[in-house]
Amino acid sequence: MKPPALTGRANVSGFTGGVSRALVRLAMPSIGPQAAPDAALVRSAADWEAAKASGHRSAVVVGTDCADAAAAFDCVVRLNAELDWLAAGDVMAIEPERRRYRVLWRRSSTHNAFLVTERCDHFCLMCSQPPKDIDDGWIIEEIRNCLPLLPPETCTIGFTGGEPFLDWKRFVPLVAEAQERLPSVSIHVLTNGRAFARTEVVEAWSQLRRDRACVGIPIYSAVDAIHDYVVQSRNALDETVLGILRLKDRGNRVEVRVVLHRLTVERLVETCEWLARNMPFLDHVALMGMEDTGFALANHSALWMDPVDYGDVLSRAVIALADARLKVSVYNLPLCVIPATVRPYAIRSISDWKNDHPEMCAPCAERYRCPGFFTTGRTKLSRGIAPLGNAAASQGHPPGRA
Amino acid sequence: MSRFLGPEAFGKDVPEALRLLPLRFERLAPGRVLVANLVGDTIFLSDDELRRLAALEICLGDGLYERAREKLLVARETDRAWPQILAMRLRSRMSFLSAPTALHILVVTLRCEHSCPYCQVSRRGEMAGTFDMSREHAMRAVDIALSAPPASIKLEFQGGEPLLNFPLIKDVVMAARAKAPTTGKSVDFVIATNLALLSDEILSFCREQAIMVSTSLDGPADLHNRNRPRPGGNSHELAVSGIQRARELLGHDRVSALMTTTEASLNRAEDIVNEYLRLGLGGIFLRPLSPYGFAVKTKWFDRYDAVRWLAFYERGLRHILKINREGHFFPEFYASLLLKRMLTDNQSGYVDLRSPAGIGLGALVYNYDGRIFASDEGRMLAEMGNNTFELGHLRDADYTSLITSQRLLDLVGVSLTQCAPDCSTCPFEPHCGADPVYHHATQGDPVGIKPLSGFCARQKGILKLLLRILDEDGEDAGVLRKWITA
Repeated sequence: MKPPALTGRANVSGFTGGVSRALVRLAMPSIGPQAAPDAALVRSAADWEAAKASGHRSAVVVGTDCADAAAAFDCVVRLNAELDWLAAGDVMAIEPERRRYRVLWRRSSTHNAFLVTERCDHFCLMCSQPPKDIDDGWIIEEIRNCLPLLPPETCTIGFTGGEPFLDWKRFVPLVAEAQERLPSVSIHVLTNGRAFARTEVVEAWSQLRRDRACVGIPIYSAVDAIHDYVVQSRNALDETVLGILRLKDRGNRVEVRVVLHRLTVERLVETCEWLARNMPFLDHVALMGMEDTGFALANHSALWMDPVDYGDVLSRAVIALADARLKVSVYNLPLCVIPATVRPYAIRSISDWKNDHPEMCAPCAERYRCPGFFTTGRTKLSRGIAPLGNAAASQGHPPGRA
Repeated sequence: MSRFLGPEAFGKDVPEALRLLPLRFERLAPGRVLVANLVGDTIFLSDDELRRLAALEICLGDGLYERAREKLLVARETDRAWPQILAMRLRSRMSFLSAPTALHILVVTLRCEHSCPYCQVSRRGEMAGTFDMSREHAMRAVDIALSAPPASIKLEFQGGEPLLNFPLIKDVVMAARAKAPTTGKSVDFVIATNLALLSDEILSFCREQAIMVSTSLDGPADLHNRNRPRPGGNSHELAVSGIQRARELLGHDRVSALMTTTEASLNRAEDIVNEYLRLGLGGIFLRPLSPYGFAVKTKWFDRYDAVRWLAFYERGLRHILKINREGHFFPEFYASLLLKRMLTDNQSGYVDLRSPAGIGLGALVYNYDGRIFASDEGRMLAEMGNNTFELGHLRDADYTSLITSQRLLDLVGVSLTQCAPDCSTCPFEPHCGADPVYHHATQGDPVGIKPLSGFCARQKGILKLLLRILDEDGEDAGVLRKWITA
């Protein structure tokens, strides 16, 4: 499976009036537009006819010629045939001048996440999404415009960055609006948590439906200097921990995330014992294999560690958390490279558009419940990768300490 | 990569003003110092490491800095999170104070048909008069209990042998059941009984009213009957059959048993444990004699000291650990209480191991004669002529007058382990408690000189033993960690 390309070039015509960005929701050709941004998804001449007949004024044409489309519709976006996975209900942003598209929402995916900003007050050594110091405040507005186009039954939305809470005065109302429009939605936000050291931010966040909003906050060590070094920012740990305490004090859901690399693995057991002892009220702890892309490539020699070399440490860390009755998951590591005791905690966590298996996995009995691999980056595969037999991945409820 | 700062930029290149957070320590062996933070997380340091820590001669990369940070022993001057974590955890550990006095003990009679030489309550003979609680007093006790703050109240019937005054128990249960809903509270009931007088009528009442039964079982028949004589010499037989009948009718988990250690028990640890295991009891509480009543008069209390007790305890614990390693979940309940405090901040309802002390704040005891005491041991002491822990009388007291009485405030105030001599600097303080009644009984003073205290010696002995096993991190440590769920 080749992962879908969520951004790329588009042939655009008809978006007049100097619009730099326009939202488009794909619609079935046979059903007329329900809202202004709706555009017929056209894959064949028959679709084209149907779209015209049902009153569509805009079309997104995928992999078919339809040479006179421009004449038939006000606005036309032409995409190449590789985007055949697009479906009705998907939402895209079109940038006519730059002749680019960005897919913002895929109706069939459970991993939809909005990038809120590329700005960040951290500069993590292994950042997979290196921050940019740019003015991208328009993104929040674009997401806001996107919300009415999402299916009302939407059950999860992720928000990532950058640091979404840098502009918390606009971001928190955005989340509130998402909760208002989508009654069954659960919100998950990836943040460094430092904003919550300020009471007014916690105050604002706590006004949301707290049972349906969770923040995922990284902690890389209980030693200030180590955590601060990894995130490249002084006082980071102090503010992040203070933020978590304040969030939990107000009954908010908090997940702690630990990315596993040479600098965090060295004291991983101690870090997890510290979490277990001092934050037993966390809603979830995720121990995460490193995505080998972005800054992680730049700092590869300092950070890379083959997961098979930290299996024992990972196992002890998981047990320390599980013994304290903390809900713990292991993300991003294929089953074959982690000890059998850890496998029950492994989750299929990698966003579908980043996930793939190498060819050597073809005979593996566990490949369909395997967390898989990042297709982004991947400079180096673990030497532990090998197909598993049927009994290799233990089933059932995760065990505590034996 | 120039874009990134090196680790020095966050460590030794920026010498930060550090500060010590509150800590306590004790040298357990030459070169081996136990260091505890404010809330009782511990590490072992060498003498030199302790010196460097105290002098703040530590820095990133030396290993000691890292451990001290993780154990909340040091913070930077500017840190806000570390002191906040300590404050939050201390608050969790003190949360028992937010719902005081959940336990209310009614001594419905001091009469008993057993004649145990170690009886700590100074029982009276079965036929003795004027040792039963009056109905009027009992109803007052229910009123006071139901005016205590907690949403769920436990009423425990004690004696003597409370079943000798079963009609009063029935009245109290019915009155409490009728009154509880009007106060928005729920009530649970426990009868502490030797089970010798158990009848079908009593059992069916217990079943109807969901009453729990707590009994005494000292071990195998020969040991139990020697400790607990009664006419017929059949105490063990009656206790065992009572346990079985009560379980059948009330449910397996509604019946529990407690043992008392006598000198004759000391070399029988395995036999005692095995007896509990044989009877399908879910664990055992290895409990020493307390310095009250006949136990003092007959000198049974003096027949073993803390050292001999600890040897017995360790022998019992090792045997119990072996049973657990073989796959039975069978905790020693005192260890599990302590482990809960060592490994979590969830405090159990156990009233005898708290500071502020559990007297009054944890329990109130309504005596057969109408007097109200701050603890069960307090009324035992009163039978010996020492009325220190008497707080009032059922004829005129109410909950507030008892709990705010100057006498109680003084006794709780002076006995705080947080500031008592020796306790305040003891690394085990967060896992221990004040026992002003014990110290008043043995030293005539609610604080006591701790190096002379058997209570202190037993506490430290057991805590050190548990720490040693946890520190070895072997299979037994895994067993102990599981007991926190017991």
